[in-house]
Amino acid sequence: MPIINHQRVQLSHGSGGRMSAELIDKLFLPRFGNPILNRLEDQATLDIGPGRLAFTTDSFVVDPIFFPGGDIGDLAINGTVNDIAVSGAKPLFLSAAFILEEGLPMLDLHRILVSMEIAAKNAGVVIVTGDTKVVNIGSCDKIFINTTGIGMIPEGTMISAASLKPGDAIIVSGTLGDHGMAIMTSRKGLSFQSRILSDTAPLNHLVDAMLAVSKNIHALRDPTRGGVAATLNEWAKASNLGIVIDEEKIPVREEVRAACEILGIDPLYVANEGKLVAAVPEEWAERIISSMKSHPQGKNSAIIGRVVEDHRGMVTIRTALRVERIVDMPLGEQLPRIC
Amino acid sequence: MKFIDEYRDPEVAATIIAEIHKTVTRPWVIMEICGGQTHAIVRNGIDQVLPKEIELVHGPGCPVCVTPLELIDKAIAIARMPDIIFTSFGDMLRVPGSEKDLFIAKSEGADVRIVYSPLEAVKIARENPEKQVVFFAVGFETTAPGNAMAVLQADREHLDNFSILASHVLVPPAINAILSSPENRVQGFLAAGHVCAVMGWEEYEPLAQKYKVPMVPTGFEPIDILEGILMVTKMLEAGTYEVQNQYKRIVHRQGNPAAQKAMFTVFEIIDRTWRGIGEIPASGLQVKDNFATFDAEKKFEVSGINTKESEKCLSGRILQGLIKPGQCPVFGNDCTPEHPLGATMVSSEGACAAYYSYQRTR
Repeated sequence: MPIINHQRVQLSHGSGGRMSAELIDKLFLPRFGNPILNRLEDQATLDIGPGRLAFTTDSFVVDPIFFPGGDIGDLAINGTVNDIAVSGAKPLFLSAAFILEEGLPMLDLHRILVSMEIAAKNAGVVIVTGDTKVVNIGSCDKIFINTTGIGMIPEGTMISAASLKPGDAIIVSGTLGDHGMAIMTSRKGLSFQSRILSDTAPLNHLVDAMLAVSKNIHALRDPTRGGVAATLNEWAKASNLGIVIDEEKIPVREEVRAACEILGIDPLYVANEGKLVAAVPEEWAERIISSMKSHPQGKNSAIIGRVVEDHRGMVTIRTALRVERIVDMPLGEQLPRIC
Repeated sequence: MKFIDEYRDPEVAATIIAEIHKTVTRPWVIMEICGGQTHAIVRNGIDQVLPKEIELVHGPGCPVCVTPLELIDKAIAIARMPDIIFTSFGDMLRVPGSEKDLFIAKSEGADVRIVYSPLEAVKIARENPEKQVVFFAVGFETTAPGNAMAVLQADREHLDNFSILASHVLVPPAINAILSSPENRVQGFLAAGHVCAVMGWEEYEPLAQKYKVPMVPTGFEPIDILEGILMVTKMLEAGTYEVQNQYKRIVHRQGNPAAQKAMFTVFEIIDRTWRGIGEIPASGLQVKDNFATFDAEKKFEVSGINTKESEKCLSGRILQGLIKPGQCPVFGNDCTPEHPLGATMVSSEGACAAYYSYQRTR
């Protein structure tokens, strides 16, 4: 498929000249085109209406760039959409900036852009501004993408890590660890194959469904790097309350559990890209869960724990033997053990 | 998950816990030798459900913890040499040497790569003939056969750019050292299931007889460990001291002869220094002379290493079951996973790391 006159990205594609224009006209605009982007101004001028603004940015440098269940493209859209969505905001506009390594196959770039196009459509956001740079071979790893997002928070929504209250139910929207283990088991060198797919997905529609039940959701977070363990530890510290979760109630897919067992990694610490954690008032928990379960992104939702006044600033887990132990903040990279 | 869930069943666990409580009449000190078991115990809270008479102490079976500081410094020095690809299992990268760890060496430009198997390191050697590829071969009897296979594979392929930096240690001599110490308190052992899967449990029988100490090769799931403790306790209470096998689904009396053969084709037994403990006779493996070209210690001359252990770190006493992590004065204050003074705090299998991660409130 001759999508462009060159089979590989060349330095000139980042020069700002004719080849840059070709890249934009033939690859980017057919995917992301919309009235705001099509103006091709140095900035997008946006009409965002009343309310509070949610604004976030994230860079995506994942290796490998294609993995089971997704690629760096849908990750770059969903990651930023989700960072906006967990403030309770409606995500509206995204920017997309690309750093391309000279030599990147044009077909790979095309495939990534198509993923982004589909992901943006699913999330209901438009890409209104962007940038492309090409760097020498070896100066970056194939492709890096930065996305920035803007969304509007409706009046009366106050979601924050510091808003946890004793008695709150801790909810997860589905099975944990799928994305992180999909990446890890598809990395070169790991000698076992798995059927684990990344869970990369936009969460804004699920958040809408939750907020439709009650505006009174205390905290929301997409537990990406560091997993649920990191999110809950941050909440416990920010609110100066304790959190207790129940090992038996944590949903983890069989294949993910098996891969974690082999590598000696705890699914609580593994990254997710299409899951959220919520702290909701006890009295609303059942109704929120039932609304989540009727949504495709939340069908495996579960209450996994409670906010408590004990051991403030700390997270504990009740093990199968009915004793409590600490769930610590993760320290650096998750490293597979020796034996 | 088959072969896992049935060993984590809370009701089965409750039955065994009740039986342990019924069996115990006197105080006993039991050591689990393996770091994997230490973590399973602390992580699942097994120590909290046992009768107060049973004290679990933690043994030296964390390969990361007992790798001598000098060898970690050597690893870092080799990794920093030009045209070297230094490969290692992930958990060795964070272990502090005298001045830095392999992660820091990597950030300073050394080509340090995490691999998941020694054969992957062989593959890297095959694909990078212009570079020397070194694999940090660390571990007990568990990993030694795999590391031996890597050497045999490289030998078959005549890969003269592959070598291993071997730091292998053996469990029975360590048990012997612990039991023969005048300070010893250990009255029963949970032997490491994975080690026995390779070596069998015959070699533990003379130790059990000599020191009158019951030993039970034990698995790693909560129910395995509880069963192991029950079996040891029953023998202690009855005054018997034999080797009984809890891990029947994996461990056989003779072990795995094919794995042993590979291991002793490549390695020979030598005296070895254990970090924090000191030299234990006939407790280590080194690459035999006829495979010397695959021995990184011989291949790369490293000199001028001055090791310096923290004076405050009591890892050695912890590894011998003489004290518990919480009894170390620097535990959790001067020594944390972010700023470890010794390997027991940094290794994913170290006893101090286990207590810090799971139990530091108590």
